[in-house]
Amino acid sequence: MSIPIFASGRLPRILAFEIKSEFLKVVRMPAYVIPVVAFPALFYVVFGLAFGGGQPPGMPITMASYLIATYGTFGVVGAALFGLGVGVATERGQGWLTLKRASPMPPLAYFAAKVAMSMLFGAAIAVVLLTLGATVGKVSLPAASWIALVLTLVLGAAPFCALGCAIGFLVGPNSAPPITNLIYLPMALGSGLWLPVEFLPSAIRAIAPALPPYHLARLALGTIGADQSAALGHVAALAGFTVLFLLLAVAAYRRDEGKTYG
Amino acid sequence: MAMNDSTAAELRGVTKRYGDVVALRAIDLGIERGKITALLGPNGAGKTTAVRILLGLVSPTSGTATVFGADPRQTSTRARIGAMLQVSKVPETLRVREHIEVFRSYYPAPMPYAAVIAAAGLDGLDKRLFGALSGGQRQRVLFALALCGNPDLLMLDEPTAGLDVESRRGLWAGIRRLADDGRAVLLTTHYLDEADALADRVVVIARGEIVAEGTPSEIKSHVVRRRVRCVTGLSLDDVRAVAAGASVRRDGDVTEVLTTKAEDIVRALLVRDPTLAGLEVTGGGLEDAFLALTRGESDTVAAASVEYAIAKAVA
Repeated sequence: MSIPIFASGRLPRILAFEIKSEFLKVVRMPAYVIPVVAFPALFYVVFGLAFGGGQPPGMPITMASYLIATYGTFGVVGAALFGLGVGVATERGQGWLTLKRASPMPPLAYFAAKVAMSMLFGAAIAVVLLTLGATVGKVSLPAASWIALVLTLVLGAAPFCALGCAIGFLVGPNSAPPITNLIYLPMALGSGLWLPVEFLPSAIRAIAPALPPYHLARLALGTIGADQSAALGHVAALAGFTVLFLLLAVAAYRRDEGKTYG
Repeated sequence: MAMNDSTAAELRGVTKRYGDVVALRAIDLGIERGKITALLGPNGAGKTTAVRILLGLVSPTSGTATVFGADPRQTSTRARIGAMLQVSKVPETLRVREHIEVFRSYYPAPMPYAAVIAAAGLDGLDKRLFGALSGGQRQRVLFALALCGNPDLLMLDEPTAGLDVESRRGLWAGIRRLADDGRAVLLTTHYLDEADALADRVVVIARGEIVAEGTPSEIKSHVVRRRVRCVTGLSLDDVRAVAAGASVRRDGDVTEVLTTKAEDIVRALLVRDPTLAGLEVTGGGLEDAFLALTRGESDTVAAASVEYAIAKAVA
């Protein structure tokens, strides 16, 4: 369906406009920007500073370093779930997506712009946390680790973008924020994003590997030398979740389209 | 209704069911180039469903939708269509210019930016955030988005809903100019005066069926009916024989006839029934006639009371 657009070479131009407008639309909404960026930063300051620069027994690195990785994960997961989930549900429910679907816009452009925006927010959150860590938390890491951490967090947003998409097509505009929170917050807690998984009760630790953010947090911790488990296993798990959520998103998209185009 | 060069889009034998609800019943509808076709009907008549099927957003349960001889879902077809839909909320943190530029990017041969602004009457507003616009200005932005692709076919779903008189007139003028350029325009409305003022052809739709079709003046002559009410000893069949072709019904003691020939029918009834009493002739207003035209046999008390109120107002 979008083949003529690919062939005509107009897709990059459409993408550029779509991303630009998505960016401008979102950065002008303080009610969205502030919670998405500030919550992970605030949690990091409270918990990272409360535990100080200390290194509790059994912890591989200081809390201030460790929590950069886990609250960074918390931030990118939130940006992806809210950006895609609430964003799509809202625009779909209000008829805006329908108007775009009536145009020759390639559907890919719509989703790509939202994914790009989530990743940009993910990068912003990671940079804010790293800056706080380096200044307030006295975290000292080699530049290569910092770059690896930011890249891991940004790319690791993929399964959560797919999950957000599925939520966006499954739930209505009013129920999207609470439902997203119901998925996001328990998943974050269970994955050890708020408190290190090592501190969690054994029952929660047992289910943590079944939760996708756990694997992203492990990879993020690995980039700063706080996790020795095999990265490949976590990458495979995240890839698996991405495929699973994409299938769910496609099914949800078809179901939604089927409601109108059935 | 053969597809020919002057036909931009058509529905052929289109039925749409949503579960048990039938939104459209075997509709045939053609939209001509250079003309404004108004799909006129009360809320829930199936107007929006018809537009959505023509836009390839909703599939017909049976029948076919064709736009420029092709499937409306094809990207190449969509590139020739501009749509104005009922959107409950447009992103408010984008400027008018930004909204228009994104939509222009979707089309292979967009209308020049300045032409879009001029045609939609948005001069001086292009730096405003959408959220800072008035209701009329917002509708004009949605109208501008429909023009971005320099479309050969415009589909406008209730374009003036909720607008004040001045805004409506402004939008009407803009729509008229586009049709004069040779574009095909389909608009849905539940305002009789809008169809009358704007359309070259009016298709009246009610309960998913086309109940009348023609130029505005044809529709008016067809629908300007009056209501004859009386208490008569004649049977319903006798009344029907007298009022050939008119709609006849009985509500308790009262027999009611909706007709374009009220005088002839009254004369005939009085000859046949000297005891006829309670004679009353009302209506003749466009709204009354329109309601009569779009009213179902299974009429509700509510609709009847609305008609009564309008008939009172007209009288």
